[in-house]
Amino acid sequence: MNILILSGSNIGSKTRVVAQYAYDSLTSRYGADHSLQFIDLKEKDLVFSDGRNYLDYQGDTAEVTQAIMSADVIIFASPIFQAAIPATLKNVFDLLPQNALQYKTCSIIMTAGSDKHYLIAEQQLKPILSYMKANVLPNYVFAVATDFDHGRIVNDDVHFRIEKLVEDTIVLARSYQQIWQDQEEQYGF
Amino acid sequence: MTENNRHVMPKFEPSKGLEFGIYTLGDHLPNPHTGKRISAEQRLKEIVEMAQLAEQAGIDVFQVGESHQDYFVTQSHLIVLAMVAQATNQIKITSGATIISTSDPVRVFEDAATIDLLSNGRMEIIAGRASRVGLFELLGYNLADYEQLFEEKFELLLKINENEVVDWAGEFRKPLKHAHVLPRPNNAAQGLPIWRAVGGSLDSAQKAGRLGVPMYQAHLGGPASVFKERIDLYRTTAQSSGHQADQLPVATGGFFYAHEDMMEAYRAYYPHINEGMKKTNGSGFPKQAFAQGQDYRSVINVGDPQLIVEKLLYQHELFGNQRYVGQLDFGGVSMDEIKRNITLIGERILPEIRKHTMKK
Repeated sequence: MNILILSGSNIGSKTRVVAQYAYDSLTSRYGADHSLQFIDLKEKDLVFSDGRNYLDYQGDTAEVTQAIMSADVIIFASPIFQAAIPATLKNVFDLLPQNALQYKTCSIIMTAGSDKHYLIAEQQLKPILSYMKANVLPNYVFAVATDFDHGRIVNDDVHFRIEKLVEDTIVLARSYQQIWQDQEEQYGF
Repeated sequence: MTENNRHVMPKFEPSKGLEFGIYTLGDHLPNPHTGKRISAEQRLKEIVEMAQLAEQAGIDVFQVGESHQDYFVTQSHLIVLAMVAQATNQIKITSGATIISTSDPVRVFEDAATIDLLSNGRMEIIAGRASRVGLFELLGYNLADYEQLFEEKFELLLKINENEVVDWAGEFRKPLKHAHVLPRPNNAAQGLPIWRAVGGSLDSAQKAGRLGVPMYQAHLGGPASVFKERIDLYRTTAQSSGHQADQLPVATGGFFYAHEDMMEAYRAYYPHINEGMKKTNGSGFPKQAFAQGQDYRSVINVGDPQLIVEKLLYQHELFGNQRYVGQLDFGGVSMDEIKRNITLIGERILPEIRKHTMKK
């Protein structure tokens, strides 16, 4: 499977740190059998969506959208700005076709300054993923500022939760790939 | 037609029933069954041959669309249509779609009117807005003007079509002062039937209704009833804008593939559609949605001749359309398969469609 980890912030370090942790965990456990890719939106220069087909964009915008479209599994890491996902990440969704995430398994890692934002993923990110037809892992990881120090995760529980998320994401993706394959075979063509 | 609608309408003979056509977007894709792609030269010549075969089979219309992206060969679709005009005698020929937004309407009219004269009055234009937009940059236009460009140029095209001498001023080209646009088609209106192409957007159907021009509705998949809503919106808008809605023609078009063996039609065509869509549109066609084509209510006209006849009659009843055009060559379909399809259309499908839709 093609597995993509997308760090969805253009600023700060927490989102990048959790995304990197998930990437390292995936690499050590599943790297031999799958193709892994890490994209940090902080390093990309994306244009705002103007509604065109994603194949008609160029440069970093083309690279990021095509990476998403060719992935089977995507782990989205996102910060919370003004009680919402950041515009950087929302723009990525806007750049894609309506059913872009169909037959893709997606999971979520959120970082925030405060526990008060715990439901942002549930109420904002999941509806977008569902609208775009993603197969979404029910649980997500939520980490706050006190879980980090000097660019590292210092809460063992966050380590454990990310490792669980990675494992659950792969289990869900593998299961559904098998289910979808069986489903397609029954059509008889 | 009606006193309040001076647009030039295509002519339909009720005694012939629903018109049946085939269309090509001039895609140039590998055949997924063999992995091989024919040359651009061969593909262009096969398109002309396909038109000749269609004419021999008694098909009413042949339509060629304009595309300027990778995996297409009919960038100069009007030149292809001129060749089709030369190679045939009876079949109606139409563009579908001409992207009027990125062309000069004067030039489009000149070219299309020339083809009309050379083909004894068989030419029509279907004007559209383009689904992929690479051509804006290629031809020197600004994508931000996507909607305004179309509306302005489409209305100018209509004006040229309906007036031999034109005075016009707009935003996207120099004004025309007493411009004499020639040659004129050799018919009473001295103009060409010009349709508005409509895809997924409801407002486009509404605009076609407001202008009172014929509407060409493209459909990919899903239940036919969804497209009935668009066509109904077109007709109610036309009526409330002072046009006689029952006098306005509607054409519909989408994927078509026939085979004596129903499942073989699905087995053969699905990889063409799925792989072709991946390359030209960036997303494949879900197999589940394609499989639903086996229900007569789905607008995907793929199956055995009996199912296709049932579907086309059902769609005709829903839409009240005057013309249906099928796309049977998408995604690298081989010439042998194209021929087999056209033979089935001529022998098994057309006679049934005509029998059930002709009016005295």
